[in-house]
Amino acid sequence: MALLDVEDLSVTFRQRGKRTVRAVDGVSFSVDAGEVVGLVGESGCGKSVTSLALMGLLPRQPGISVGGKADFDGTDLLRVDRRAMRDIRGRDVAMIFQDPLSSLNPVIPIGRQVTEVLTRHRGLSGDAARKEAADLLDRVGIPDPTRRLKEYPHQLSGGMRQRALIAIAVACQPRLLIADEPTTALDVTIQAQILELLKALVRDSGTALVMITHDLGVVAGMCDTVNVLYAGRVVETARRRPLFAEPRHPYTVGLLNSIPRLDAGRGDKLSPIPGSVRDVLPWADGCAFAPRCDRQVEACVGEPPQLVLTHTDRTYRCVNPVPAVGSAPAVAEPAVEAGPGPAAEAGPESGPVGPVAEVDPVAEEKQSSVPAPREEESA
Amino acid sequence: MTDGNVSVPSERDENSEPGGNSEPGGNSEPGGNGEHGGNGERGGNSERGGNLVEVRDLKVHFPISRGVIFDRVVGHVKAVDGVDLSIPRGKTYGLVGESGCGKSTLGRALLQLTPPTSGQVTFDGVELTTLPPNKMRSMRRRMQMIFQDPMSSLDPRQNVESILVEGLQAHGIGADRNARREIITKTLDAVGLPKWALSRYPHEFSGGQRQRIGIARALVLGPDLIVADEPVSALDVSIQAQVVNLLDELQAELGLTYLVIAHDLAVVRHISDTIGVMYLGALVEEAPGDRLYRAPLHPYTRALMSAVPVPDPEVEDRRERILLAGDLPSPANPPTGCRFHTRCPWAQPTRCADERPVLRQIGDSRVACHFAEPIASGELRPHKVTAQLTRPEDEGETPGVVSAPSEPGSFV
Amino acid sequence: MTITERARKKAEKLDRLGELSAARDEERGVSLWQEAFRRLRRNPAAIVGTVVLGLFVLVSIVGPMLVPYGPTDTIGIREGLVKSGQGIIPGSSADHWLGFDHQGRDEFSRLIVGARQTLLVGVVSTLIGLAIGALIGGVAGAAAGLGGRWGRWLDTGLMRIVDMLLALPSLLLAVSIAALLGASLTTVMIAVGVVSVPVFARLLRGSMIAQSNSDYVLAATSLGVRRSKIALSHVLPNSLAPVIVQATLTLATAIIEAAALSFLGLGNPDSAVPEWGVMLADAQPYLGIRPALAIYPAVAIIITALGFTLLGEAMREALDPKLRK
Repeated sequence: MALLDVEDLSVTFRQRGKRTVRAVDGVSFSVDAGEVVGLVGESGCGKSVTSLALMGLLPRQPGISVGGKADFDGTDLLRVDRRAMRDIRGRDVAMIFQDPLSSLNPVIPIGRQVTEVLTRHRGLSGDAARKEAADLLDRVGIPDPTRRLKEYPHQLSGGMRQRALIAIAVACQPRLLIADEPTTALDVTIQAQILELLKALVRDSGTALVMITHDLGVVAGMCDTVNVLYAGRVVETARRRPLFAEPRHPYTVGLLNSIPRLDAGRGDKLSPIPGSVRDVLPWADGCAFAPRCDRQVEACVGEPPQLVLTHTDRTYRCVNPVPAVGSAPAVAEPAVEAGPGPAAEAGPESGPVGPVAEVDPVAEEKQSSVPAPREEESA
Repeated sequence: MTDGNVSVPSERDENSEPGGNSEPGGNSEPGGNGEHGGNGERGGNSERGGNLVEVRDLKVHFPISRGVIFDRVVGHVKAVDGVDLSIPRGKTYGLVGESGCGKSTLGRALLQLTPPTSGQVTFDGVELTTLPPNKMRSMRRRMQMIFQDPMSSLDPRQNVESILVEGLQAHGIGADRNARREIITKTLDAVGLPKWALSRYPHEFSGGQRQRIGIARALVLGPDLIVADEPVSALDVSIQAQVVNLLDELQAELGLTYLVIAHDLAVVRHISDTIGVMYLGALVEEAPGDRLYRAPLHPYTRALMSAVPVPDPEVEDRRERILLAGDLPSPANPPTGCRFHTRCPWAQPTRCADERPVLRQIGDSRVACHFAEPIASGELRPHKVTAQLTRPEDEGETPGVVSAPSEPGSFV
Repeated sequence: MTITERARKKAEKLDRLGELSAARDEERGVSLWQEAFRRLRRNPAAIVGTVVLGLFVLVSIVGPMLVPYGPTDTIGIREGLVKSGQGIIPGSSADHWLGFDHQGRDEFSRLIVGARQTLLVGVVSTLIGLAIGALIGGVAGAAAGLGGRWGRWLDTGLMRIVDMLLALPSLLLAVSIAALLGASLTTVMIAVGVVSVPVFARLLRGSMIAQSNSDYVLAATSLGVRRSKIALSHVLPNSLAPVIVQATLTLATAIIEAAALSFLGLGNPDSAVPEWGVMLADAQPYLGIRPALAIYPAVAIIITALGFTLLGEAMREALDPKLRK
């Protein structure tokens, strides 16, 4: 039984006079206790909205509707009432945001912001709370914690602020931590510090971590399971090593091929994904990635691709996936230093894919049959 | 791309001869390249070789002033504090460093967009720091800039055509509207934008397309040097690659010289021939890209290198990570001696704290570290460093000019 | 074929597709002004405001030609209906919709004719404020943003003058101008206009300085565009939106302020030409007998001011860059 089981989560923004936007369009994933799960995708893929929906932080307005289920240890996070949600938030589920300065209250000392959580959820007060707060700051690596307690957020550097935010998040030893781009606003050396800290916290406390990021490098370094999102849906889910060793969804392949790598040479050509995230097909009309996909076949358009489950703990949403390593001469395989290894004879996977799987993508140039609407028209 | 694109600058040159109707354009550049416009540039690039840009002991200090009525200077933010570098013709020099290290300021000072406090910048044999404003203005045709945020660097009230035509008009290039239109269309083609873009406004494009407009604006004048300040950091991963490839292709076709400024070591490594690593306003190491990657000499370079995430679990799990303690010290109050010694795992009790190391040649690299050799040979071992707290508030009052404002982690 | 070549072919196809779909949408691009106008048209507040102001302008143009009685015609006294001294001022009737004022003149006709004066006062005084304020603010803003050391000195000088204006209470300023020029409509317009100078000056200056620090100004500088041209063709146009909004809002307050000054007797002493503020002042002694005489012009002033305010707020919303997608 997973700790968090998100099923078919969808978030729709409807505004008068504007197009309806389905920011999240049927996202499903699960998180086991103590597991680090990555949600990866580019801007507009719905990863941040997913986290806000899970935390019940989306504004409750008529134009915003949330559908689906998010089962957290028996409670549906999407159906729970506000008071119960407030209890869960901070105690059982905590969140770390991208911008530490705007997520900390600028006019309240750091110490008060930490003790506040301790008082609210753990009933500590006075000296006990202050001592615990200092311990927390010390654990996240803030030097001279007792003095830092009296200081204000603007007196700390970006990295220290993010540490303070993490201290607040882990104050009640939550069972689930959601980190939304926790290091995007930080420099690389500081990012390395924070990632190392998060890893240590997860290892020591057994907290599950949902890591939301656009950076595949961060994912490669710390996630156990990776969900790749595109246009509001999960397109591929796999354990970390198999995903990077042999990505199956063309979007995952495209992402990996378009990242400049530190260990690649000067002038090695990158293979970008053509077009932009605006060139999206609504999921209802087929695969959203089809307009940008170089493995596009006729079956991509018409109806949404089903999730394909292979025997190796991996799912992808594609009718014409990239063949497994070893049988893919056409695909510029991302440089895998370890070589193909055990993945070489991953043959049986082409079974459930359907008849189109064998079609040579070069011959299939049905591009013109795919309309490329900018956004989904309102329903 | 075809050869047609290559003719962008030469086309412009033909037109610029009868031109100059509105303003006496880029006539009589003083010094080295005394001939008109850029007729000789194309050939010059391949024939002459040598360095297009030479920077000598460049310093940019911003005064920190306090006071209600009368501003009192209470100190200086030493954004750039003595940088030497040279960029060979047709090559790419990559400048990396974290926010606040002064890399953006260096780029702007090189283009004289931020007046340097002292030092020399020589562009194609012409000393820029002492050039009269008018001559500098016409010199700008040959050195262009690409900005980080394509939205804020494009005037929202101009359509693409007038964005592109502005530079041509300022330098009197192109005899009439049709001639200019021809130049513009060719440039659009070169950056991969369709013709209908001309009548559109910046807000109607996606991020990647906007960056292409920014590149077209720089390219339309047929420059020799392009300073690209974080050209891809505001873009999505899949779009980044498109822009990086475009920059590469343009360089191959037009023989451009680039100064690429970025915080992303992987991007810089991909695009640069030579990489300079900056820390607190000074270069700490400079080496050819491969060499820097294979054998980083400066402790900071090693730490930076080890901190960059690589999208490959095999690599991530195996490699050693050098975690730096604490944050970047304030550029208003930099540490004495070697500026990195407060965070350096190899710092030694002798010399490091009181003697500022100069860049010295070791093999292909130039490195500013007293103990580069013993560290490289493994003779010196890293030790633990306790973090020192950095105060954001003493980092000057004009952060906007100290580093690119929307740079990740830039201090505000 | 390698994957790169195929990817490129695909990109070209996509571009063509985009080209097709875009060409169908509209031939030319949509500028920010056009977009703002579209947003404005969809805003109910803007529609109400525009309708109110349209009526107001229409009335002030054609109204004087259509009114049943002359605005200075003391018809009530001639016909013996009005005896102010005895407190007899009849109210509305079939012939005189809003009744008479204290001098026996038809109130409805005076109200209609007064619209023109009120509009004139509002527009002229706002224009005075806008012209002077924008000039000072524009010069100061351009000097501070792009002018270097000399520019900063000029900016400081100009802004101290503006600060002095700001420090004076507006009523005191108006009274002193009236004392200088004598009480007249011109006095009112100048006084109201001068009071709004600092607002426009500060607004435009601040906006221009903010724009001067933007990346596209740096980009224009690096292109080699002259500073004067940058100021005029980039900085100024991008700084105008808040000033235009402010002008619309100022029109509303100008009308109210002008009415207040007229009410205090600083306006046109000759009440032959009706003006809403003057009418309000004239009605004061008869508040006990017939309060409607004060209510009519007051309501007219409020509705007009509301119209301008609604439109101004709607314009602010339409032009606000934060609401742009």
